[in-house]
Amino acid sequence: MANVQRDDIVVEMHRITKKFGSFLANDQIDLTVHKGEVHALLGENGAGKTTLMNQLYGLYQPTSGEIRVKGQTVHMTASSVAISHGIGMVHQHFMLVQPFTVAENIILGRETCSIPGVLDLRRAERDVDELSQRYGLAVSPRVTIRDITVGMQQRVEILKALYRGADILILDEPTAVLTPQEVEELVGIVRNLTTEGKTVIIITHKLREIKAVADNCTIIRRGKRIGTVKVGDVSEHELAAMMVGREVSFSVAKPEQVRGGCVLEIEDLVVKDNRGLPAVKGISLSVNRGEIVGIAGVDGNGQRELVEAITGLRHAEGGSIRVNGLDVTNRAPRVVLDAGLAYIPEDRQRRGLVLEYTVAENFILENYAKKPFSRRGVLNREAIRSNAKDLIRRFDVRPPDETHEAGSLSGGNQQKVIIAREVSNDPDILIASQPTRGLDVGAIEYVHHSLVEQRNRNKAVLLVSLELDEIMNLADRIAVIFEGRIVGILDAKGADEKALGLMMAGGGNRE
Amino acid sequence: MSSVAQNGPDLQDVGGVRRKIHPLTLTLLSVLFGLVIGGIVLALAGYDPFAAYWIILQGTFSRPKYLAYTIIYATPLILTALSVSFAFKTGLFNIGAEGQFIIGTIVAAVLGFYLKLPPIIHVLVCIVAGMAAAGLWGGLAGYLKARFGVHEVISTIMLNWIALYLNNYVVTVIKNARHLTNPTTPPIQPSASIEFFSSWKDTAPGQSWRALHPFWDDVFRTPLNLGIVLAVLAAVAIWYILKRTTLGYQLRAVGFNRFAAEYGGINVKRGMFISMAIGGALAGLAGVGHILGWTKYIASLAASEGYGFNGLAVALIGSSNPFGCILAGLLFGMLSYGGSKIQNELGAPTEIINIVIGAIVFFIAMPKLITLMISRFRRGEKDVH
Amino acid sequence: MFTSVAFIIGTTLMYSTPLIFTALGGTISENSGVINLGLEGMMTMGAFMGAAIGYLSGNAWIGFIAAGLAGMALSLLHGLACITFKANQTVAGIAMNFIGPGLALFLSRILFKGGTETPPLSLDAKIPRPLNGLFPQNSFLDNVLNQYWTVFIAFALVFVVWFLLYRTRLGLRVRACGEHPRAADTLGINVALVQFTAVSISGLLAGFGGAAMSVAVVANFRPTLISGQGFIALAAMIFGKWKPQGAMWACLLFGGAQGLVIFLGRSDIQAVLPIPSEILSMIPFVLTLIILVTFVGKAVAPTADGIPYDKETE
Repeated sequence: MANVQRDDIVVEMHRITKKFGSFLANDQIDLTVHKGEVHALLGENGAGKTTLMNQLYGLYQPTSGEIRVKGQTVHMTASSVAISHGIGMVHQHFMLVQPFTVAENIILGRETCSIPGVLDLRRAERDVDELSQRYGLAVSPRVTIRDITVGMQQRVEILKALYRGADILILDEPTAVLTPQEVEELVGIVRNLTTEGKTVIIITHKLREIKAVADNCTIIRRGKRIGTVKVGDVSEHELAAMMVGREVSFSVAKPEQVRGGCVLEIEDLVVKDNRGLPAVKGISLSVNRGEIVGIAGVDGNGQRELVEAITGLRHAEGGSIRVNGLDVTNRAPRVVLDAGLAYIPEDRQRRGLVLEYTVAENFILENYAKKPFSRRGVLNREAIRSNAKDLIRRFDVRPPDETHEAGSLSGGNQQKVIIAREVSNDPDILIASQPTRGLDVGAIEYVHHSLVEQRNRNKAVLLVSLELDEIMNLADRIAVIFEGRIVGILDAKGADEKALGLMMAGGGNRE
Repeated sequence: MSSVAQNGPDLQDVGGVRRKIHPLTLTLLSVLFGLVIGGIVLALAGYDPFAAYWIILQGTFSRPKYLAYTIIYATPLILTALSVSFAFKTGLFNIGAEGQFIIGTIVAAVLGFYLKLPPIIHVLVCIVAGMAAAGLWGGLAGYLKARFGVHEVISTIMLNWIALYLNNYVVTVIKNARHLTNPTTPPIQPSASIEFFSSWKDTAPGQSWRALHPFWDDVFRTPLNLGIVLAVLAAVAIWYILKRTTLGYQLRAVGFNRFAAEYGGINVKRGMFISMAIGGALAGLAGVGHILGWTKYIASLAASEGYGFNGLAVALIGSSNPFGCILAGLLFGMLSYGGSKIQNELGAPTEIINIVIGAIVFFIAMPKLITLMISRFRRGEKDVH
Repeated sequence: MFTSVAFIIGTTLMYSTPLIFTALGGTISENSGVINLGLEGMMTMGAFMGAAIGYLSGNAWIGFIAAGLAGMALSLLHGLACITFKANQTVAGIAMNFIGPGLALFLSRILFKGGTETPPLSLDAKIPRPLNGLFPQNSFLDNVLNQYWTVFIAFALVFVVWFLLYRTRLGLRVRACGEHPRAADTLGINVALVQFTAVSISGLLAGFGGAAMSVAVVANFRPTLISGQGFIALAAMIFGKWKPQGAMWACLLFGGAQGLVIFLGRSDIQAVLPIPSEILSMIPFVLTLIILVTFVGKAVAPTADGIPYDKETE
């Protein structure tokens, strides 16, 4: 770890407070970052770390407080101000214009023009090539963003900042979308940058990465700064405890379970993606009662298309899907649901809920046409209401009011609504796709608990997740997906993380 | 135009304003501001805005005949507004109410003239046929969207024009020999009319009864008809469908979030078709009522009369709510009918009404402006700083 | 035969022109992320202003410019609502379609003694034809190329708009705002300014489109002059997948259908092929529907089209 700590303070945020309406996102936070340092901002989802950095980058203005860059007090009224002070930011959700090329994205806002106003794309591409070689960030300038990998997109984002002469780089959750190998590459890139004299601030909730790359770490919890520590002096456990405010257990109790009969059987499934290219290239998999099968893999290797085909939301080109013996290949979602399947979708706000509907109306999203919720086309409001009250109580949804719009609930509670709805259908197979994305630790624990409970009740669970830790924690068997194929199925007990990471990236033994 | 349909004005929680502002308040304020803008334009052009607005009020309320005409003007607009707002609720933009209306008028004029049936049955046949035809006209656009992804704005605009020329073609084919300068079809049979007491009110006993009841005497000078009853019934029916039935649940879900609806097992494509079909049927009912109740024949048109288009404004002012559509429709009727008198009495152009309507819709489009003004107003009251 | 084809081509070019101006305007606006449904209203304002100022000044070009400015003024209002006040862009556009014609007719009555038509321009007060007299009367080239200046300007503008959107810095920023305004914002681009620029250009062009009708194709303004062209231009834009070249072809298709209809409606043709004029009038629209279904299918707008960009949304 490059311990290049000098006395020059490059960034100082002094008693920063940020309010959105009545919501207090940042409460008098102090932050000091030195030149050449790798400083991590640790906190749960929603703790306020991104909000803090957005103010440093001029996207928001602080409600009160002061920002000093290289000793100078700055009013960050816009990103252009931050950029002019040498600050660059790589956001968690990439700020890339999909139909533009790499070069066009990099020069946007600071366009290369030989004739005033007219773009000189050839020169821009040359400049991008030069820059990428200088920092060892391999990109192809002429390719459209739509067609490049996520890892390359991230490099483009970093180049965007460097192109504008940034010497302070803010990286927001940079490893969320990378394979273990790409994470190592990123660690190398960060070290490179600090050797070149750059300062890096990393926003993250991944303890392992903090230990791997950061010098210092500031912990934020519920909008307040808890403390700043030298990373070398603390353990992951201690960091976690500071992040959450209590002791955190990393594993879930999983009693030995006898594996039962097969509930979901997939054979030679072939599915195309939105562009008509094969995303699932012949997958065979079975999930039995009393087990959790976890599908591990980097985003974009066919998991989404696989799950959508199983749930009837996407057409399957070939192969078959059976639920409880019934062939549901290419049947309507209703048929699949009736066969005994339930689904916790990856994008809860897009797929899982109608945000404008009340909690009660969302609970009946799949069963509105069935008794007792309706009779001959007319809704039975009393039955809907009592069902909602019951589910809210059983699953502890807050606030406990079924007339609230689903959109007004927190992420964790929205997920509870979905889980309540799916589990109360008493499905034989529950498919959970990235069920803990964007949730805080408390909600994550709840979701894990629900999934394991299903398994303990002798139901089948198929878990798709991008977090390898989660899979290793919960699954009984782990299937690794790579480029549309299952490249290995292992027993979770004794599974080696490095081996899994290798398979996720395409190396290692293929079954 | 990917995210076209919205469901009425959104509530904005402006920083500093504790309470949310009721949508009705926003609507009323928008109407008020629209009228103010109209007043300013009038004043700038040298006319007295208060006199103009007084003419509108007088022109609507001072005589029973005027009230009746206001209702008559409002009736088709209420129905076309229902048509538009129903489609809105399902996430679709029914700009084709214009054409669907025309289809309704064609069917009513043709069946009203050619069929010889007893009175009530004749009316029912015309209504059902008109609604079905217009429903198919609308459903076609829904089908094209569901099956081929054709944008409903384009397809309905095309269908509007096709309906217009179809109207003109029918008029040339079934000409009324007496109307030579402005071609029309022959008038419908009396058995198809839904005008209140249309034959009785001009007979001798009718006249003597009228002499004794001046209120009704005045009302019967107008073609006040059953249309308004149909409109109110339709509004109630639409409210019921949307709020209380599984169909309404499905359609609204599709309108809010078609992905979640699909996930819940709702057939999105079928929903699109049904929604446009019902929307079409409502606009068609407007057309049928217009013919059977008021004009009694269709004429050759240079351009469409604007019932669908104005219905759009009414729907927006009524927040796409069925009962809001009734009230907004009456408001529009008042402005249209009362406003038509401004030119005669004050010399000011009647188009000021269009400007007022436009301004009202304009303010409805940006609730943020009004909420901003209210919050500034409230802050000024509190005098905190 | 030749003359018939020439006639159709000539009429096509003339009728497509107002559509092209307006469709180009719509394209620019929507590429920046602002839906402009009010093109019809802006065209009407432009048509009126063009004819009125053209008559009052005796010079059609002054009228033409005034028309553009009038359209721009309306579009700035639209921009104010949509960009500054995050209005529902669809609804705001509909408001424009009431305000535009309303204001136009209002002013018409005031300026022209209560009439809703402007006095007609004399033949030499209209937009001139640059190639007039160059070719023998009624020859092939005369029918095709002897067009008003507005026609040539419109087609030149297609290239200009294409160049603007795809080869200039402004165009890159416009398209970025329409696809991913937050990305543009994070790079220091003033999204509101870019969108206002785009929206005002669209109003300018829509105004020109209206004037192209009232001081070129015909010689005055009347209430039914602009009835639907704005919406057809919108349809052309969607048809052309939000690209200027595509919009141009769509407008040509439409103008072509119109030209065919006029051709088939000519008395000498009617003698041979008597199709009722109403059926003829339907042809452009039926044709458009068929083509949409067979060829175009799903049209995908710029990703952030119609979504008001709010800096402070988390």
